[in-house]
Amino acid sequence: MSTTFLAAVCVVGIIGLILGCLIAFTAKKFDVEADPKVEKVRELLPGANCGGCGFAGCADLADAIVNRGINPSRCTAISAEALKDLSAFLGVAAEEKEKMTAVVFCGGSLSRAARKAQYNGIMDCRSANVAGGGGKACAYGCIGYGCCARACPFGAIEMRDGLAVVHPEVCRGCGKCVTVCPRNLIRLVPASVKIHVYCSSADKPAARRKVCSAACISCGKCIRADGQGRVEKQENGTVRINCENPPDISLAETAGCPTGALQTEEAHRAIRPISPKETQK
Amino acid sequence: MPSNEWLLITVGAILVNNVVLSRILGICPFLGVSKKLETALGMSGAVTFVLTISSFVTALLYKLLLSAEITICGTTVNLSFTKFLVFIVVIASLVQIIEILLRKFSPSLYRALGIYLPLITTNCAVLGAAELNAGANNGLGRGILESTVFGFATGLGFGLALLLFACLRERLELSMIPRPFRGTAIALVTAGILAMAFMGFGLLVK
Repeated sequence: MSTTFLAAVCVVGIIGLILGCLIAFTAKKFDVEADPKVEKVRELLPGANCGGCGFAGCADLADAIVNRGINPSRCTAISAEALKDLSAFLGVAAEEKEKMTAVVFCGGSLSRAARKAQYNGIMDCRSANVAGGGGKACAYGCIGYGCCARACPFGAIEMRDGLAVVHPEVCRGCGKCVTVCPRNLIRLVPASVKIHVYCSSADKPAARRKVCSAACISCGKCIRADGQGRVEKQENGTVRINCENPPDISLAETAGCPTGALQTEEAHRAIRPISPKETQK
Repeated sequence: MPSNEWLLITVGAILVNNVVLSRILGICPFLGVSKKLETALGMSGAVTFVLTISSFVTALLYKLLLSAEITICGTTVNLSFTKFLVFIVVIASLVQIIEILLRKFSPSLYRALGIYLPLITTNCAVLGAAELNAGANNGLGRGILESTVFGFATGLGFGLALLLFACLRERLELSMIPRPFRGTAIALVTAGILAMAFMGFGLLVK
């Protein structure tokens, strides 16, 4: 009996020893050297793998930064402090760049936009866009099923009253929402611009008004109130703030926009349903 | 060995006694990496690869060393009771070595399979196939070539179940599911129904 135990211990022990030596040998012999610098850079990057830089995730960007001389400021999601640490570690000056934030150019929340149908399909904007465009009547506005909010790796987009709104203090400007929105409503703009015309409709102004109470009707009031070309009418009839030379946010009050399409970023973010009482007025 | 024996081993391992859906082995990767078809494909490739090689090595060890009667100092010793211990150690080290070699010699294959290989180290489907090979023919074990074929077929069976399940889960992702059932709950229910469907294959072989 004891021989059996002894033999078992010996055989298993010897097999383990042989395998251990084999692993050690192969690990030593066929080692692939990993650059410790790449590892360190990867740690300093945000690690969200958002893909905003155009590389396949943070590890790929770290490799590109170390081995191909890509500037660390290529990372769109990195905070200013982390970027400082990273450039100090690499010994390169980070390129100055303006913080960008995503803006949803639509103010048509559920209680402001007219409805044309009851949508019962897959609750995703992209599917709804294929199947007749969801419940809201406007063919250019936010569909409101939140595929941008789900795509955001940082949770910066909130669905309020059936409208996507961006929280700029959370948004890192990676641009994932921009690519995912089937209506192309989201654009990256400098975070310092705090006032926008929240409408992207290319319909005729009267048709826009018909389907949404918050539509820009291209009346030109804000353009005249500004008078310095800081608000511009675009080719397709929509009005946009000139992001390179933005007007003061007080324009939102002084312009007297009849539909409230011109509003501050803060007001757009705080959008809430209109109560039935207010609509009666 | 007659040719229909080979067919029996292959069809038996893929359909009738599917490693996941009939033997309930390898459930961890089955639930873990079945969210996307692409990752499921990588995982099934890696599992088939490891299963084939590990079946060969474990069958070799079992045949030559563990199931053989060894005579030491006049006493005959049969070490087949240590098979689990030996198989675990062998499979774990084998996966490690394969990973190191792949990384060195085939970076493209390493990129495709690499992240799944460490997961397979402790995959019970791999150990299960080794044990089934050893336990066949009343504990005498299958032949080495038959074991390798069985391992490969088991891998294919695992891949089939995983890919079917991944397709189902991709569809489920966009379906309207009652809130409490979303995620793992509906995945487990689906796996159960899939397993029941595979029971139908039981009639293929008497």
